[in-house]
Amino acid sequence: MSTLVIKDLHVSIEDKEILKGLNLTINTNEVHAIMGPNGTGKSTLASAIMGHPKYEVTQGTIEIDGENVLEMEVDERAKAGLFLAMQYPSEISGVTNADFVRSAINARREEGDEISLMKFIRELDKTMDFLEMDQEMAQRYLNEGFSGGEKKRNEILQLMMIKPKFAILDEIDSGLDIDALKVVAKGINEMRGEGFGCIAITHYQRLLNYITPDHVHVMMQGRVVKSGGPELAQRLEAEGYDWIKQELGIEDTDAVTEEA
Amino acid sequence: MTVETKLALSATEVRSFSQSNNEPAWFGSLRAEAIEKAAELPMPTPDKTNITKWNFTEFPQHTVESAPFSSLDELSADLKEIIDIEGQENLYIQRNNTPAFLKISEELKAQGVIFTDILTAVREHSELVQKYFMTEAVKVDEHKLTAYHAALVNGGVFLYVPKNVVVEKPLQVVFLNDNADASLFNHVLVVADTNSAVTYVQTYVSTVEESNGQANLIEEVIALDNAQVTYGSVDVLAKGFTTYVNRRGHIKRDAKVDWALGLMNDSDTISESITHLIGDGSLANTKTVVVGRGEQKQNFTTEIRHWGKNSEGFILKHGVMKDSAQTIFNGIGKIEHGASKSNAEQESRVLMLSEGARGDANPILLIDEDDVMAGHAASVGRVDPIQLYYLMSRGLSKAEAERLVIHGFLAPVVTNLPIESVKNQLTKVIEGKVR
Repeated sequence: MSTLVIKDLHVSIEDKEILKGLNLTINTNEVHAIMGPNGTGKSTLASAIMGHPKYEVTQGTIEIDGENVLEMEVDERAKAGLFLAMQYPSEISGVTNADFVRSAINARREEGDEISLMKFIRELDKTMDFLEMDQEMAQRYLNEGFSGGEKKRNEILQLMMIKPKFAILDEIDSGLDIDALKVVAKGINEMRGEGFGCIAITHYQRLLNYITPDHVHVMMQGRVVKSGGPELAQRLEAEGYDWIKQELGIEDTDAVTEEA
Repeated sequence: MTVETKLALSATEVRSFSQSNNEPAWFGSLRAEAIEKAAELPMPTPDKTNITKWNFTEFPQHTVESAPFSSLDELSADLKEIIDIEGQENLYIQRNNTPAFLKISEELKAQGVIFTDILTAVREHSELVQKYFMTEAVKVDEHKLTAYHAALVNGGVFLYVPKNVVVEKPLQVVFLNDNADASLFNHVLVVADTNSAVTYVQTYVSTVEESNGQANLIEEVIALDNAQVTYGSVDVLAKGFTTYVNRRGHIKRDAKVDWALGLMNDSDTISESITHLIGDGSLANTKTVVVGRGEQKQNFTTEIRHWGKNSEGFILKHGVMKDSAQTIFNGIGKIEHGASKSNAEQESRVLMLSEGARGDANPILLIDEDDVMAGHAASVGRVDPIQLYYLMSRGLSKAEAERLVIHGFLAPVVTNLPIESVKNQLTKVIEGKVR
């Protein structure tokens, strides 16, 4: 079992503090949902864990099995087992999807122990079938000209091929129609089990109808303010966030703009 | 090393060189007149690059003797990689100034295709060469360097595809430079007659550390009505050359040319590619990729000039600059009066890999007709940190992520080269240069 521990995390972007002391612990074999109104720092959390160059961690720790994640470069974090399915994946012209995924897999293997081309192709074909992706997507340039839904599926394809210990899904459900959402959820559910943990960041309870979380956390004003089981998500869907604000005496003061 | 002074070859010497080659009289006269013009004509003036201090004229000797290859087994391992030894049916190898190997299939011969070195062609296909050699596309008296080239031509290729002949497989040419004293005045003349189609791919390979010579290269592509020419070139000339390369297309009615140029010289280089869309409905696609490194100074001018109605021209240029390399990219789309319904599009992008490198992209549209379409895009910038972040978030090292972005950036030409082995060669050259 692996554990990702986030303690007292403070994160700023361009000198504006967005996360203000966030605590979260997640084990493999668990799915955590992080919910909350717009501008409470959910995507900032995802970017800070992965090491986005614009986000500065000013205080606190992130550890994976006791290893200090904050000291790692972005690629080292990936190799330590972290994966971020991004809200807005980059488009890389001239690099095919297939070549990229193979490079990513081989980056985790020793030189001389690269995945064989045949084995890779078999696995890629199988996974693309599973995600109901057109085979020609493998030879298209990475995310270039992909629709929003295709990009999200492509993130899940990479996730399934790379098989990280912890996946963070940054609003994987936004902009998806219901069929695409089901496919994405099918991918996540396939990954669930020993050796895989997941943080699903979302505005909407809808995703959680397909991916049942073990734990639900509510973020407001840069902190986790309430945690519970799946029933918490259902109550949020039915009643919104106001009751939490009232319960905890939170006032809408400095809601920040969510960063892309 | 003996260095000849400026234009040391006199008209008499040029004539006697011509005679020793058994060239027809017209070619001897063309050379002799050209050397006289070269003395008087001004230098070309590439926009935004000052070449007044560049040495384009001095060299150790006009021609060097090299041993031909009696079989492809004699080629070095590097050269063998560029050629599909088994599969390539039509191949010409020039070693410095010596025609070193020629293979042409019986099928092409029977169809009347001429594929041979330029000086043999001048002797054996005199009338045909005389009709097109520096008459329609490039003119002898454009400036000092075109005249100098005409006077001193010492290598190159003639390719003629007769009417209605479609050559299915690409023809391949390798210009090997393995003598540091060699100067290359290579002339490539491709004539695709009416309704014909051909794919020509050439590679320049220098194995010398540093050359003492000149490279003054002129390549002419004449596509007659409804002909289609695909022209690929990978240039890897060594440091030390002063390179002037002039590629010119002359495209007639409904004809089409596709250029895929991987310009990877380590020499200072002035490159000019101009395609004239003469006929109505003609089309040119010019794709160029460049990598500059070291102290290199380069100027790349790509122009498509529209004369025919409904003509279409597309220019794509991508350049990567590192170290202290300086490069100017001039892209010109010119639509002449009368070329209505034409379309001139261009895109120039420069990726800077180091602080000391300089790159300028200058898109220019000159339009003398109302009813046309035109567009341009240009950018100069660094590797996008967000792209790197994305790639690294999947476990790729920063170096590998950069490598992928750069390869992707140069892919438009790599993927368009029609010979797999040349494609691999370009990929390898890029790899070596951007590392």
